[in-house]
Amino acid sequence: MDDMSRKPNALDLHVPSPRTRPGDKPDFSGWSFPEPGDTPRPDIDESAVELREYAYGLIRVLDMEGNALGPWTPHLAPETLRRAIKYMLLLRAYDERMHRAQRQGKTSFYMQSLGEEAISIAQAMALNADDMCFPSYRQQGILIARDYPLIDMMHQVYSNASDPMRGRQLPVMYSSKKDGFFTISGNLATQVPQAVGWAMASAYAGDGRICATWLGEGSTAEGDFHAAMTFAAVYRAPVIINVVNNQWAISSFQGIAGGENTTFAARGVGYGMPPLRVDGNDFLAVYAVTQWAAERARANLGPTLIEHFTYRGGPHSTSDDPARYRPADEKASWPLGDPIDRLKTHLISIGEWSEGQHKEAQEDAQETVRATGREAEKVGVLSVEAPSTHTRASMFEDVYKDLPWHLRQQRDEHGV
Amino acid sequence: MATMTMIQALNSALDNMMERDPNVLTFGEDVGYFGGVFKVTEHLQKKYGAKRCFDAPINENGIAGVAVGMAAYGLRPVIEIQFADYMYPAYDQLVSEAARLRYRSAGDFTAPLTVRMPYGGGIRGGQTHSQSPEALFTHVAGLKTVIPSTPYDAKGLLISAIEEDDPVIFMEPKRIYNGPFDGFHDRQVSPWSKHPASDVPEGYYKIPLGKANIVRPGEAVTVLAYGTMVHVAKAAAEESGIDAEVIDLRTLLPVDIDTIVASVEKTGRCVIVHEATRTSGYGAELSALVQEHCFYKLEAPIQRVTGYDTPYPHSLEWEYFPTPPRIIKAMRAVVDA
Repeated sequence: MDDMSRKPNALDLHVPSPRTRPGDKPDFSGWSFPEPGDTPRPDIDESAVELREYAYGLIRVLDMEGNALGPWTPHLAPETLRRAIKYMLLLRAYDERMHRAQRQGKTSFYMQSLGEEAISIAQAMALNADDMCFPSYRQQGILIARDYPLIDMMHQVYSNASDPMRGRQLPVMYSSKKDGFFTISGNLATQVPQAVGWAMASAYAGDGRICATWLGEGSTAEGDFHAAMTFAAVYRAPVIINVVNNQWAISSFQGIAGGENTTFAARGVGYGMPPLRVDGNDFLAVYAVTQWAAERARANLGPTLIEHFTYRGGPHSTSDDPARYRPADEKASWPLGDPIDRLKTHLISIGEWSEGQHKEAQEDAQETVRATGREAEKVGVLSVEAPSTHTRASMFEDVYKDLPWHLRQQRDEHGV
Repeated sequence: MATMTMIQALNSALDNMMERDPNVLTFGEDVGYFGGVFKVTEHLQKKYGAKRCFDAPINENGIAGVAVGMAAYGLRPVIEIQFADYMYPAYDQLVSEAARLRYRSAGDFTAPLTVRMPYGGGIRGGQTHSQSPEALFTHVAGLKTVIPSTPYDAKGLLISAIEEDDPVIFMEPKRIYNGPFDGFHDRQVSPWSKHPASDVPEGYYKIPLGKANIVRPGEAVTVLAYGTMVHVAKAAAEESGIDAEVIDLRTLLPVDIDTIVASVEKTGRCVIVHEATRTSGYGAELSALVQEHCFYKLEAPIQRVTGYDTPYPHSLEWEYFPTPPRIIKAMRAVVDA
């Protein structure tokens, strides 16, 4: 170390840092995106190499005035779009309520998906109901769009006696096999190679179902992402790997995950996988790229990598305060807007929605959440005064299919 | 009946299970066309096709992660980690995922997979071809850990492991793949064909998990062992003339506590033998169990004969490996106490 100053050299350790920090004015001025409608829609059997430009572009359908433009327009029935916006409103209302419930001490933890609603809702709607999802912890919209009972989601968050996970899992770590929603793990990116394995199994069994998985841009730095990309490409697994680039991994901006000089979609090119990059706040664009990737997978043409370019509107979790590392009003300045507002503008512009209907749908969603919340809280919430009424013995169950002697002994020692 | 080595017996188990159950498939590095670096999967690809037995990229994390996903789908994957020394990249998938799927999803998802891995020393394998990491698995709630010591047991236990609805770590003592090594490295090693447990039925049979096997009845001291050490401990008993009862645990978790306790209550003495390093090794758990269950019957402190708390050395292998003289010394110490 003493010798470091001995002779001059050009080496200097580079540590990426975001352009703005708390107190700064949000600045997205360096960013430019293709215009909505400008990106061609390739055939589903196009090779990854031919599609490499897509890794550096951005597929967009909706302009900021609500017009749907270009070849990626999915031409959905107005009824479908109204259903979509209602799901998104329900998801947002649910997030608001559960975030507040944590603040009120009714549960230990919560994570919102504020600003990312279009991704989980559009993708769940574009997939078949029996396609399998391996989500991260910020795709609760899949359950909403699959009409999973809201009250069961609340029971899970409250860890109460009706919690389908029997009080074993941290809030938001949902699981529902019958709804094609894989059990969420706290360990990041582990679900991605698992999704590839599930897709390989489906291809092996020949049952026609495909699989989709989600991870944040921060988690792409995990070795599991590399493993999953390699296996998916090698075995041409019918899987859609979604990177939700919401710019932030807790306090680390996406440059720390390796996004400073490239895109996350571009990772796909190196593995020989079509790399689609999409405006994640554009419901129609997300729906369309998901359809494209799903068609490709169903035709046995293999996996697709999709990068959803979006912005994490809320704190990382209830344990996080983003004002300590990013400008407070960044979400409002996000150049790609808010996903609900954009779909609303579109629906109004095509004469299939109105401010009045929107307000009514919003209030409906809030009332549904309120009423369901009251029911869930009657069963119980997590707190010191009112511990869950789970039978204490259930703690020892499901470690194995059958209770081995040592767990039976420990259960007996515990007096249950 | 046929005469089989442990490799052939394991191959036969896979063959039987692939024949019986279309949900059983196997993959790993060099497992497919080549039939595995130890030939455990030989001919399986030819017989069952590349979709049932295939080569994997060199990525243990991926192999394990993909297997968890396949198991969640409903298949029964049997994966091979080429050497136990290389399981560490797969550890997160095995510990955080495979072991916990059932618990965290309240039985919604399960992981009926089998993870085969050759382990153990005595082959001049040096630091990364000799390790015995079983304690890293027995410490994990939700995993079962199995180690056979003969061709007959290897086949019956592997079939049980594959049929098990919980994830099973199946560790294969590679030193005894071809013959029952007794720890006398300077003597001629006899082939499996001279050992009665090389008589292996060609068809389907099972040996239940969680059941130990008394391989040498005795009255003077109980010796708890598994894998290669079963043969070393038995040789030590013969050589020393001490009437030791040698128990092959076969399943480490859940361990057969009843057989252990019955034996130690009879002998009043216990020696625990394993190749793995001592501190926090599986022997510590065995020692604690014996102490908890047999305290008033014990006539002497429990002794552990293990690998030393060092990485596995190359040239000093026979200084490191628990050979019969070290086991005899420990047996004498407890018998004379």
